[in-house]
Amino acid sequence: MARYEILVTYKKGIFDPPGATAQRALVNLGYAEVADVKIGKYIQLELEGPDATLERVTEMCDKLLANPVIEDYRIEQVGEA
Amino acid sequence: MRLGVVVFPGSNCEQDVVYAARHLGFAAEYVWHGDTDLSGLDAIVLPGGFSYGDYLRCGAVARFSPVMNEVVRFAERGGPVMGICNGFQILTEAHLLPGALLRNVGLKFICHAQPLRVEPSVCQWLDLPAETVMSVPVNHNEGNYVCDADTLERLRDGGQIVLRYCEPDGSRLAEGSAPNGALDDIAGICNERGNVFGLMPHPERVVDSACGGTDGRAFFESMARILVEAAS
Repeated sequence: MARYEILVTYKKGIFDPPGATAQRALVNLGYAEVADVKIGKYIQLELEGPDATLERVTEMCDKLLANPVIEDYRIEQVGEA
Repeated sequence: MRLGVVVFPGSNCEQDVVYAARHLGFAAEYVWHGDTDLSGLDAIVLPGGFSYGDYLRCGAVARFSPVMNEVVRFAERGGPVMGICNGFQILTEAHLLPGALLRNVGLKFICHAQPLRVEPSVCQWLDLPAETVMSVPVNHNEGNYVCDADTLERLRDGGQIVLRYCEPDGSRLAEGSAPNGALDDIAGICNERGNVFGLMPHPERVVDSACGGTDGRAFFESMARILVEAAS
């Protein structure tokens, strides 16, 4: 079994309302150094069998897990589960 | 006009759309998300709601329902498709319309009667004169339309911006003050041919004067007129 971790974030230039709200909240809490916050998604996949390939995971990201119009993604294989 | 209203798990405005169509004298029927037969239907509506719980992204899962392959084929043949609210989100996820709908800028679910301005467009679902002002309810959490600069230019040049959020007198909002943060105050867009139309407001809720207005009638009636003209 192979385990992959996927991080999905908004593309540069796409305004992230939850991130902007968290940034303001942190500044209000006294963390004036926080210039920007981006909030994304973390997805963990466990794959079995001969099709457990990075190529297939990339396809899954392009098709469903991320929306290429607004989001970038990063895939990491974190070893055999 | 025979309207097909697609029902996804989690749709919740399909009855309103069917009611609206029938109230205006048109035939309307439900189409289950697992169905693959759209024969006999003149136009398709993807209604509002929370298809598949809005999990992952609004419309992301509904887009892969069996019926959507047929809706895409129907649209590619020039068949009229209107996506309302969650239906608009599904149309962008299915790449039948450009751009995407993000979380409202204020992080608030918005729900109110919203002034809209009709823009000069190629949209087949609305043949009202440009600058007509209407009041139609909005009711959503993810209506913040975005697209890249090239796409926005194409939408503007191609007459694909159909509706904008506006002041009650029809004038443009101060920059960046759309109720959900939508780029260029965009409330509704169509594809290049004008047969595929997506909008965040809910026209089906304002077709009966007993329910607060009749501005939503124009969408159904415009399409019916176009279908009659096409058939003659």
